[in-house]
Amino acid sequence: MSNILWITGGRVIDPANSRDAIGDVYVIDGKISNNLSEEQQRFAKKIDATGLVVAPGLVDIHVHFRDPGQTHKESIRTGTAAAAAGGFTSVICMPNTSPVCDNAGTIQRIQDKVARDAIVHVYPTGCLTLEMEGKCLAPTGQLKKAGVVAMTDNGKCVQSNEIMRRAVEYAKMFDLTIMDHCQDETQTEGAVMNEGEWSLRLGLRGWPKSAEDIMVARNVLLAELTGAHIHMQHISSETSIDIIRRAKERNAPVTAEACPHHFEFIDADLHDYDTNLKVNPPLRTDADRKAVIEALKDGTLDCIASDHAPHTETEKDCEFDHAPTGMIGLETSLAASLQALYHSERFTLSEVIALLTNKAAAICKLQAGTLSIGATADICLFDPNEAWTVDASKFYSKSRNCPWHGKSLKGAVKATFVAGKPVYDGQSIIT
Amino acid sequence: MDEVSASASVPTKGAKKLLIFLVALSILAFTFSFSERSTFYTCLPPRTHMSISLTWNRKDLIGIDPLSREEIETIFTAATAFKRAMEADDKKQPYLDGRTVVNLFLEPSTRTRLAFEMAAGRLGADIITMTGNASSLTKGETLRDTAQNIAALGADMIIMRHSASGAPNYLSKVVDIPVINAGDGSHSHPTQALLDSFTLLEKFGRLDGKKITILGDILFSRVARSNIICLQKLGAEVTVAGPSTLVPKTFEAMGARVSHNLREALQDADAVMLLRIQHERQSSTHFPSLGEYTSMFGLNKERVKWLKPDAIIMHPGPINRGVEIDSEIADSNQSVILQQVTNGIVVRMAILHLCSCAYKNQPIELPS
Repeated sequence: MSNILWITGGRVIDPANSRDAIGDVYVIDGKISNNLSEEQQRFAKKIDATGLVVAPGLVDIHVHFRDPGQTHKESIRTGTAAAAAGGFTSVICMPNTSPVCDNAGTIQRIQDKVARDAIVHVYPTGCLTLEMEGKCLAPTGQLKKAGVVAMTDNGKCVQSNEIMRRAVEYAKMFDLTIMDHCQDETQTEGAVMNEGEWSLRLGLRGWPKSAEDIMVARNVLLAELTGAHIHMQHISSETSIDIIRRAKERNAPVTAEACPHHFEFIDADLHDYDTNLKVNPPLRTDADRKAVIEALKDGTLDCIASDHAPHTETEKDCEFDHAPTGMIGLETSLAASLQALYHSERFTLSEVIALLTNKAAAICKLQAGTLSIGATADICLFDPNEAWTVDASKFYSKSRNCPWHGKSLKGAVKATFVAGKPVYDGQSIIT
Repeated sequence: MDEVSASASVPTKGAKKLLIFLVALSILAFTFSFSERSTFYTCLPPRTHMSISLTWNRKDLIGIDPLSREEIETIFTAATAFKRAMEADDKKQPYLDGRTVVNLFLEPSTRTRLAFEMAAGRLGADIITMTGNASSLTKGETLRDTAQNIAALGADMIIMRHSASGAPNYLSKVVDIPVINAGDGSHSHPTQALLDSFTLLEKFGRLDGKKITILGDILFSRVARSNIICLQKLGAEVTVAGPSTLVPKTFEAMGARVSHNLREALQDADAVMLLRIQHERQSSTHFPSLGEYTSMFGLNKERVKWLKPDAIIMHPGPINRGVEIDSEIADSNQSVILQQVTNGIVVRMAILHLCSCAYKNQPIELPS
């Protein structure tokens, strides 16, 4: 008999199919099915989801798993465990590993480790340029053959407009999305936080919004020039949002993402030099924070991504200037998004789930983020109203650099299934 | 801003402690109600029983922001007592006898380090000075480890200068012993601001309504930031002036007036504080050249005429003669630059003494 799963009585929300109703979800041999025969029902493993939301497994298109090279911070094993505990079943890994993913061999090495260790689906990305130096194009075709789903120099922004133009023009031939971390480095030398009143008060070097805006505008122009799809990562500036909004009105082939920390925290939160709030691009003003939320609502920003960036406690335990940038997010992303967007009554539950599932998957054309009949049965069960206190010491991630630590969030993952197989039961990872 | 770290108070003994505090407060209020507040010196409590009338609950001094006006005046009361004793040639005030003070100077300093050494020495403390730079510290030992080792060696207090803004906020969470900020990055330099205000108070009696102009490299200056906060707490109006790239409009958010017109910034000022151009913190893009700076904003004989005749000229040092200030101006009668240095000792004696008393939960005694 096949492997059959029958999830009953939950509120099934599948934005890709405009489904939002109490109902059942059927899984046969790892695929979503439209019904079960009487015989199949007898053999099915039944899961009572009454009071819970049954959603597609969540999709995060921006994570750092530090594998290979910095597995003291995270590994494919611990990173995917954190993903599963956060309700995520598909993640896209950034290529700034050690060595960087600028060659097919490194991608193959990641794929081998994913096959052995991963708990959820992992999709690698390739570097746009060799060594992420922004000078010579990386072997895009070979990287595509090795399995990358996008090209990016994430963590660095290609500074040369000419190299960027050629990189996107070339990647378009392979139908690969280009993801860019938008930062004009000439304006951000030594910068550690948003430039403004708070950088002035704290005496910290400021990273002006204009450094993001200039590169966002550059990318819009190059996307229009070449027709290549450029995806702007972790947009944090109100002005950048305005630029993207206008570009989309002209049907420019651009998309963009927002991170939960950019719609939860602002620069004033750095008043006590908390290194766990040091992130790149930096936390900006309250006006920017509100603009990010508005842009998620009107579709200017296409999806939510965590930019899960693990660093060890030792690395973050130092002077603010010397701490590395980044924060982890996989185990808080859903609850933080629900809290800021849904519980504030700005978004419907379905709208929030769309930003974390089908809309995210669409950026890189992943076959994920939906409960369509025949789709791989990646499923997330969560209670949108359950409050919990974040305790980073209990995370599956190897790192603890979580700005939500000690805070209360609303929305708890109760179960995660990958291809119909339970990987998380609300308490622990199942392997 | 750094409220959390800097407001650390000494271990309390609950209600009893509160009662003592209230009694002290009422005595203080009583003292103030009988004194003429227009002159600063008369704020001094009577010479006897001084230990009862001063309240100070902070073991750390990280920045000016968390301090109330009353706390700032408490520091000045203590500093005045030390200054009187000093002028009476009663230089040694052994309140820190047997204590060890560590001067952890991770960025170059002359004046501040010497003044702290002298202040701690006059209080009878043993002083150990460690110099280095933060980057070599990060190569090997972390600041946490360095500080915890210093504490484990039995030091009673750490005075730190550091190139990274917020480093003393961090340090105060790492060690229990008092932490005194001797300047961190572009953030804060509380003892400098306090000695500047103390010097101004000696001249003016009170600062309410006084107009103070801070001229020069404001963007990178911790002295400017601490002074903007301190002077306003004491009732003064602050103008920050200099080239637009070094004096962004954003300083208005801190309550200061921003001016790029030197004449306008000088003409109403009761005092002008000059700041050095900090080459070491700037990238080359902030202004064309030192020569251009001098030609536009340097204080020279001609421009001094724009000042009111009784306006005073201050500088926290080190002075770059011929750049931000001409020699003859620095050495003129209007200049109080050397008084600032002298006052730096007594203000720092006051701070070391008060923070030590708060940490040890001891009553505050002052030289009579």
